[in-house]
Amino acid sequence: MAEAAIELVGINKSFGAVWANRDINLQIAPGTIHGIIGENGAGKSTLMSILYGFYQADSGEIRVGGKPISIKAPNDAIAVGIGMVHQHFMLVENFTVLENVILGAEGEALLKNSIAKARSELQRLEKEYGLEVDPDAIVEELPVGLQQRVEILKALYRGAEILILDEPTGVLTPAEADHLFRILQQLREQGKTIVLITHKLREIMAITDTVSVMRQGTMVATRETAKTTVEELAELMVGRRVLLRVEKGAAKPERAKLSVKDLTVRDSRGVTMVDGVSFDVRAGEIVGIAGVAGNGQSELIEAICGVRCAVSGSVVLDGEPIDVTGIADPGELRDRGLAHVPEDRHHVGLVLAFEENENAILGYHDKGEYLKGPFLDIDAIRDDARTMIERYDIRPGDCRLKTANFSGGNQQKIILAREMEQDPGVLIVGQPTRGVDVGAIEFIHKRLIAMRDQGKAVLLISVELDEIRALSDRILVMFAGRIVGERGPDATEGELGLLMAGIEHREAAE
Amino acid sequence: MSRPYAKLPGWVDYGLIPIINLLVAFVFAGLVVLLVGESPLHAAAVLVEGAFGNGQNIAYTLFYATNFIFTGLAVAVAFHCSLFNIGGEGQAYIGGLGVAIVCLAFDRILPWWLIFPLAILGSAAVGALWALIPAYLQAKRGSHIVITTIMFNFIAASVMVYLLVDVLKPAGSMAPQTRDFLPNAQLPKMGWMLEAFGLSVRSAPLNISFLLALVVAFLIWVLIWRTKLGYEIRTMGFSPKAARYAGISETRIIIITMMISGALAGMMALNPIMGDQHRVQLDFVTGAGFVGIAVALMGRSHPAGIVPAAILFGMLYQGGAELAFEMPAISRDMIVIIQGLVILFAGALENMFRPTIQTIFASLSPRSVGLAAAKGEGA
Repeated sequence: MAEAAIELVGINKSFGAVWANRDINLQIAPGTIHGIIGENGAGKSTLMSILYGFYQADSGEIRVGGKPISIKAPNDAIAVGIGMVHQHFMLVENFTVLENVILGAEGEALLKNSIAKARSELQRLEKEYGLEVDPDAIVEELPVGLQQRVEILKALYRGAEILILDEPTGVLTPAEADHLFRILQQLREQGKTIVLITHKLREIMAITDTVSVMRQGTMVATRETAKTTVEELAELMVGRRVLLRVEKGAAKPERAKLSVKDLTVRDSRGVTMVDGVSFDVRAGEIVGIAGVAGNGQSELIEAICGVRCAVSGSVVLDGEPIDVTGIADPGELRDRGLAHVPEDRHHVGLVLAFEENENAILGYHDKGEYLKGPFLDIDAIRDDARTMIERYDIRPGDCRLKTANFSGGNQQKIILAREMEQDPGVLIVGQPTRGVDVGAIEFIHKRLIAMRDQGKAVLLISVELDEIRALSDRILVMFAGRIVGERGPDATEGELGLLMAGIEHREAAE
Repeated sequence: MSRPYAKLPGWVDYGLIPIINLLVAFVFAGLVVLLVGESPLHAAAVLVEGAFGNGQNIAYTLFYATNFIFTGLAVAVAFHCSLFNIGGEGQAYIGGLGVAIVCLAFDRILPWWLIFPLAILGSAAVGALWALIPAYLQAKRGSHIVITTIMFNFIAASVMVYLLVDVLKPAGSMAPQTRDFLPNAQLPKMGWMLEAFGLSVRSAPLNISFLLALVVAFLIWVLIWRTKLGYEIRTMGFSPKAARYAGISETRIIIITMMISGALAGMMALNPIMGDQHRVQLDFVTGAGFVGIAVALMGRSHPAGIVPAAILFGMLYQGGAELAFEMPAISRDMIVIIQGLVILFAGALENMFRPTIQTIFASLSPRSVGLAAAKGEGA
């Protein structure tokens, strides 16, 4: 094996009592795509942040091309040829592509020369790696996939030989993700080294040469991708055997519990986000809405749940209309048996500064069982919170702990427990497993299936196609605010991917 | 991966950090004293002596503290809803109108123990109504509460000047103030409490509104942490989106919270008017509304922190007055500078030393920072 492009030796990093990285040893061969996989909180991002100079390791050594180096800030990392593409893009949205690329590498006081230089350099990179993007386009007007390409160009422009990508496909359509992978392969062929951080097993299998698995801050295994299986990796990640696909029987749908008709919703800027959408959700079935983030799914469920006003259309819950165009009160809808697990658990579903038990009643805080006159019945609230902790295996099992101190998966369980324990007739779930680790995903999926089998109507919104396909009895695909197709649970990924990208829709329109 | 959530033990958060902030403030205040050529240590001794040296001084300190408890609570309640009410000054000033109306109307016919509750209601109602207008504008029109409340301070001041000069002033009087209240509208002094410890309070104005302040502080704790309304206020304060999701009306909560806040500020008027001057004078609030902001910040919006913070500022007021008297080189303005430094370090820069202290604690004893040890485990 050639000299490693990057070698990490005995890296340790702790935040207070928590070991984020413990005695990490890792060798990344040059000219390969090296995947790092692990659950949320396993320490992948911390490790890469140490490599890129955001954090300092408590101890250990980083070697690049065999030479030990010290990386104190991102600039040191850039100097030795390490580039990073962050999960959340670090672009100035109202700058052009070119301006973003030279940001931080402007050179002199006047921009003229560096812009000219960057332009010719971008053309070269474009040719070499197939990274086409209009250098004069404004970044915020580009689709997400192209924005990501700008991030990659930024790193390459700074002479990156080693490229770290942190969860790069989270915001992409399947087609965009495929395109990204082709670019990465091309970069590899040109001799670049790529480190791909992800929690999606499928991506690891599709593109990497080598894969390292992290669990609870330690590096538990490194495998050649060709010689391992998805099952083995999942087991290494979680530390036990997991069911990657929940088992479920056939749905027994009954009458419609929730009927949406011609619903149109605009966002605060007046842009139509949901455009005349109609569908039914029947008791005893899970209806999944697939789509790339930002195609109106969020606005759709917000309007149904009374969090956002619709422009027109109607929604009928259990035969009774909901005033979606007026002031539908989410509290009143809860009383009528409509439970809602919102997409954004940090800002909407939970108050992170609250104790766990305070979040266990959010939205149900005016129910009689939690009140004694105007006063909160603290004992009743905490008793209920403890019951939920037990039933949903929420850890750590302390209902007085601040909610921010729970991991993502456990925070999600707090919300699910709250919404499911109220025994609603209709459950609307947004991104139930976003940022949630494999072990908890299995649990959450089982619970959702159980709700269905109890005869509840479940409406599921997720950007994870795998999740939609695993859970849904019917799949609706949303594109540009419209439902562009309905498929059964056996629809292929390619078929749904095309619908999600609006391909069939566009052809039909022409 | 998110940045770990470091949490300091309670005694550091509520004890050590405020003390460090205070010490730094006093070090800078000491430098100011040095600059005018006096001994900082001597000045400090005079200040403490002036605030706590004898029964009368203690009584004055607590008298001032009473004002600051009310205004501190007013600011704190609004803080819990993420509203910055800097209109305490005006709400307290106009609250004096409520007190005046009750006292002037009933001091001939009712005993003090009937007038007192009526005056409490009067001051609270007028203060609440004064806060209602900015609250309505914020809730319905999106006018920023900071701007509107500060403007309402000026309006309140002008209204009170007009009323005292043209309406409430007895005919023939030269002074812009109401007539003196009869003894029925004067609050009983609380000298007996200190005299029980063998201290002499002489003419100090400490009165039973101090007890009222302590009771109200407890009631505010109950309101914020033990009632449904308090739960809704805190939810709105931390996350308006979560409140919307939970079916909590933003308009309703903003208006109710600001009215409670205004009522608390208004009740501050009871102390100087019924307890001390026995009439309504111009500018009787003397900045207590603004000091309330510092008190609320320093007390971390918790009644258990606000009461000691209010006593600290009472000490600065009373001890500062003594200091200006004892050491002529230190003028009244210097005292204001020292108070300003305390506000700066204890209030505005409250978080200045926190990151450093957190780092020190994290490295000294990782266990003590109380991180979620189970992070990354299980689910």
